[in-house]
Amino acid sequence: MNAVEVQGVWKYFGDYPALRDLTLAVPRGSCMALLGRNGAGKTTLLRILAGLSRPAKGTVTILGADTRARASRVGVGVLGHGIGVYEELSAIENLRLFARLYGVENPERTASEWLERAGLERVRDGLVREFSRGMRQRLAVARAFLHEPTLLLLDEPFTALDDRAIAVLQTLLRRARDEGRSIIMSTHQLREALELATDVALINRGRLAYTGPRTDEMLNDPGWLYRNYGEA
Amino acid sequence: MTPAGSIATTVKPELAALRWVRGAAAVCAKDLRSELRSKDTINASLSFALVILLLFSFAFDPGVDTVREISGGLLWLVFAFAGALVLNRSYARELVNDCLDALLSSPVSGAQLFLGKCVANFVLLVAVEVICIPVFGIFYNVNWTRHLGQLAITFALGTWALTVIGTMFSAMTVNLRLRELMLPILVYPMMIPALMAAIQLTTVLMAGNTVSADNLIWFKVLIGFDIIFTILGVSFVDTVLIG
Repeated sequence: MNAVEVQGVWKYFGDYPALRDLTLAVPRGSCMALLGRNGAGKTTLLRILAGLSRPAKGTVTILGADTRARASRVGVGVLGHGIGVYEELSAIENLRLFARLYGVENPERTASEWLERAGLERVRDGLVREFSRGMRQRLAVARAFLHEPTLLLLDEPFTALDDRAIAVLQTLLRRARDEGRSIIMSTHQLREALELATDVALINRGRLAYTGPRTDEMLNDPGWLYRNYGEA
Repeated sequence: MTPAGSIATTVKPELAALRWVRGAAAVCAKDLRSELRSKDTINASLSFALVILLLFSFAFDPGVDTVREISGGLLWLVFAFAGALVLNRSYARELVNDCLDALLSSPVSGAQLFLGKCVANFVLLVAVEVICIPVFGIFYNVNWTRHLGQLAITFALGTWALTVIGTMFSAMTVNLRLRELMLPILVYPMMIPALMAAIQLTTVLMAGNTVSADNLIWFKVLIGFDIIFTILGVSFVDTVLIG
């Protein structure tokens, strides 16, 4: 069974089709770099996969279930454009909340361990509104990973991260990939994405222009994919 | 950075019903904790209610019996307007840092989110009422304690009606630019049956009378309203939030 199966998906914003008959399969254990120019439809696709939006036409299954089914959402970790943590709660309260929502055993211990892993254990009781940008980003990464998801959906995860948060995220992503978790990651940072990816998908104006394994040719020349399959 | 070791996170197997309640309770506790820290909406709502009560006490002669006759209407209009301030923030506070997306992508269902928020809003509105009713009693020279049990039931049912309608429309208007304006426009017309029932019952009780068989219909209206709109809210909130 594939981690993600997208079959003939269309999504409209008004009359404009953001996704056009998009079909994509992501095998379990693969790390897919989702590439495309701004407005290509990457975020729209990731929002549908995360269960935050429904397609107008077509079907999407995550880990064999509907995107809104509890069975699929419990196994998915999402890191979007927003950090998804509450300003008025402390770091530990934020992680404990999401650990409870995901039904994690021993939320207190899990939250503490993830704070340590993100390098935030010294500010565990500090309110997020008092955190620096980098600290917030690391907390957001911990929130997305704390239930050890089978599938990770990351929308431009390296954008606007500070060096320390990038290091935390890269370590966690490598570990997740090595443990056989599935990752779908939209990004404009081609070299970093291709180094991590096992598979690549390129979207042009809502259509899938290319999907296949990441090759050495792509790694040696990150622009190769856009030149051969991108928009004219 | 701490090296990435292996954290053995396991998902608890537990009864679906218990898990459901725990999820809703976590959302409710989160909303209440956030509000207690910031006190944004409770302060605004409470000061608004108290100012309106004070202004009306200057407008009417508190010794006149007719004040008691309009007491139900006065109180419920104040609570409805003050309540809009609380209810407007219910989903809007989730927009900061895209927290609504984080919640909706978690296993918590729209129904859990809705009921958790309803209970939190209910607690906040009851807190406003608990402070305002004694103040009302003093300003308007009304002894409101004579039928405390029936009054408590009336306020609980009326407040739940306001909460459930307000929370539902708060979800519908969360992404609108003019949501502060749209929420009252949508909520108040829908609230008319519940407001009428709550006003009638409160007026009877504030006048020192007990709820008789003649007025029992208003209790039934409130209970029916609460049940119907709670079921509607729970059933449609996923469609409202996800599409």
